[in-house]
Amino acid sequence: MTEWMAAVEPAQLLPARSQMAFTLMFHIVLVPIGVALPAMMLIANFKGLRRGDPVALRLARRWSHAAALTFAVGAVSGTVLSFEMGLLWPGLTGTYGDVFGLPFAIEGIAFFIEAILIAIYIYGWRRLQPWTHFWLGLPIPFVALVGAFSIISANSWMNTPAGFTVGADGRPENVDPMAAIFNDALPYEFAHFVLAVYMAAGFTVASIYMVGWRRGRRDRYHRLGFLIPFTVAAIATPLQLVAGDTIARWLANNQPAKFAAMEVVTTSGPDQPEIILGRYDPATNTVSGGLRIPGLNSILTGGSRDTSVPGLDAFAAGDRPSNVNVVHWAFDTMVGVGTLLLFIVLWFAIAYWRRRDIPRSRLFGWLAASAGVLTYVAVEAGWIVTEVGRQPWIVYNVERTSDAVTRSDGVWVSFVGVTLLYTALGAGTVIVLRAMSRRWRRQDEADDAVPYGPRPSPDAVAQVER
Amino acid sequence: MTKADAVAAVLVLGVTLYAWSGLADYGAGLWDLVAGGREHGRRARALIDTAVTPIWEANHVWLVFLLITCWTGFGIAFASIMTTLFIPLSLAALGIVLRGASFALRKDAARAGWRHVAGWLFGAGSILAPFSLGAALGGVASGRVPVGNAAGHEVTSWVNPTSVAVGLLAVATGAYLSAIYLVAEAKRRGVPDLEPYFRTRATWAGAAGIVIGAAALVALWFDQRSMFDRVIGRSLPLVVAGVLALAASFVLARRGVVRGLRVAGALGVAALVWSWAVAQAPYLLPFSLTIADGAGAPATLRWLLVWAGVAALTVVPLLIVLYVIDQRGHLAEDPTVGRAAEKLSP
Repeated sequence: MTEWMAAVEPAQLLPARSQMAFTLMFHIVLVPIGVALPAMMLIANFKGLRRGDPVALRLARRWSHAAALTFAVGAVSGTVLSFEMGLLWPGLTGTYGDVFGLPFAIEGIAFFIEAILIAIYIYGWRRLQPWTHFWLGLPIPFVALVGAFSIISANSWMNTPAGFTVGADGRPENVDPMAAIFNDALPYEFAHFVLAVYMAAGFTVASIYMVGWRRGRRDRYHRLGFLIPFTVAAIATPLQLVAGDTIARWLANNQPAKFAAMEVVTTSGPDQPEIILGRYDPATNTVSGGLRIPGLNSILTGGSRDTSVPGLDAFAAGDRPSNVNVVHWAFDTMVGVGTLLLFIVLWFAIAYWRRRDIPRSRLFGWLAASAGVLTYVAVEAGWIVTEVGRQPWIVYNVERTSDAVTRSDGVWVSFVGVTLLYTALGAGTVIVLRAMSRRWRRQDEADDAVPYGPRPSPDAVAQVER
Repeated sequence: MTKADAVAAVLVLGVTLYAWSGLADYGAGLWDLVAGGREHGRRARALIDTAVTPIWEANHVWLVFLLITCWTGFGIAFASIMTTLFIPLSLAALGIVLRGASFALRKDAARAGWRHVAGWLFGAGSILAPFSLGAALGGVASGRVPVGNAAGHEVTSWVNPTSVAVGLLAVATGAYLSAIYLVAEAKRRGVPDLEPYFRTRATWAGAAGIVIGAAALVALWFDQRSMFDRVIGRSLPLVVAGVLALAASFVLARRGVVRGLRVAGALGVAALVWSWAVAQAPYLLPFSLTIADGAGAPATLRWLLVWAGVAALTVVPLLIVLYVIDQRGHLAEDPTVGRAAEKLSP
């Protein structure tokens, strides 16, 4: 298929990569909310029903309402991504669609089931029996994991392609979709991703209630709103440290070019220093500046300073990640944030173990209130590491990104359009979520005014709103 | 029937289901847009909102399912279509984002002004998306998409009489289906005065659909005779069945009969979708790429069919559960967390 072949760098490559990166980075903000928030909402729901706890139930209802909004925005931004698989990367879907497409078909069904169950859960609060409502909602986190599994499977296939051989005409032969789904990188990427989404959703929801707590709203509503998601994220955080370390060592052997870029290893060999930040110069293959810890990179990779680590010099200039500095800085950011989060979690664990309470320190409050944003920074940085670190390949060592890109004109126009549209969409979503939260606070204040009175009817709520 | 043919049939089935559900949701957006001023259109919009809210996301997923099945089963055709028709398909994505996001955001926006803007975008996106998807379909059906990465003309492939007519036909079909669904919704939710309101709109949309449908056939006759001959040749029984079923639903709607109304409308639309599919078979891209030539690896096709079976066993029963509990009135915004909804009763 010579028509898929492109010159070295087609003009569409830059806008296409920019548009894909931008839309993916937007969508990935919504993914943790869609995958992990339902679990927290169901924990609150269960607690509320089991203990007859109206505060937990109120949290579950509100979280499900917020989840409904983000789920809707995620559904449309996810649709855009599936359009882009063809609009921007016809060389990928056109040539390898039948090799790696099946997980997307699984995702399609998982997403379908999730959309139906979420609709029933969100709009069923009023009329369905409480426990029926809970049981209908219970599969949501598991179905969401099936969906995440499929998408991660497709992405890990791009890192460790499997399940085909390349025929004489350049098209895949001997296609084995099951081998493609269960490719080598899948268990590592999936574990890392699931822990990441639970951390992101947990810390983000918790940080919202921590902001209220710090402003003096020290009631049970804010305490529970902090504790449920924070505990979930706190369990995931140490596991993530282990997972991240395992993946890094696995990468050194399986995607050495990406590993070399992450750790800016310039020359292969033993006794590699761990370089924190610094600037890489691709022309000379050297690093200037940064903090060097002698031998640590070798020790982390193989347990001793004698461990040989692959460096960028092992790869032809055209096969090295196109932007080593971006990969390295993103990697350091992710690891740095992860370490800070572990510190916050340990602080919380010790305080809670000793006093059964949230740490009283102002510094803890400030850190916990920032944890949500920080986790998102780490999620985005991690995504940059895996995507930019795989370049110049779209399918590692098989197909170059420049060969997969669309030849359509107008990608710059669509990139600019998408940027404007998503900026407005992101702003709109944040504004509406804040309006929701303000409305609920007014509602709570109206409730507090009549402590033993009946709950206000919707009309009364509407009155308060005006 | 080969495995590739079966996967193609699954795709056409997906198009049918999307036309019944997603296309009608676009139509609802159009009626929302033209419902008039804030006070005047308040109750019609409230009915549209209540009817569409719990189900539109599930309805929308058929489109994602179609895209995924297409690139997994027929990667070459998918890549060729998406690149030659880059512009209308980007516009379709734009429309989808506009209508989906603004519909979701509108409910909870605090200010009436913002709700007004969101409502306008919801309506605009609801017209743009089906038009663009229809225009792209017209480009494929009239043989304007050759095999290759953006190998066809990026503008004339969809700016031509056939594509424009099919795009408008998609808009009119969605508007018609949603109007007759809303007639039934108005009856079921006890707002009888909105019944004639949507019956009138069904009449307009139906009349527009007849004119546009005829125009599409004329355009196709001038444009791509061999495809025209196939439509009025081997697809003729389906075309006739579709027109009869739609005419029956039209008569039922005029007389205010709700029983069988939605079924007749849906069957008519399905017959028209299948008349396109039968006319185009065995080509994925008329007349350059057949289903057999464009099909992916046999192992993948087999698994795709298995997954279609899994979908039929899991998604379809769940969708039925969703529609049934929705139709029984068990699904609605939670008044303790949502913004107080507009009242339906006058």
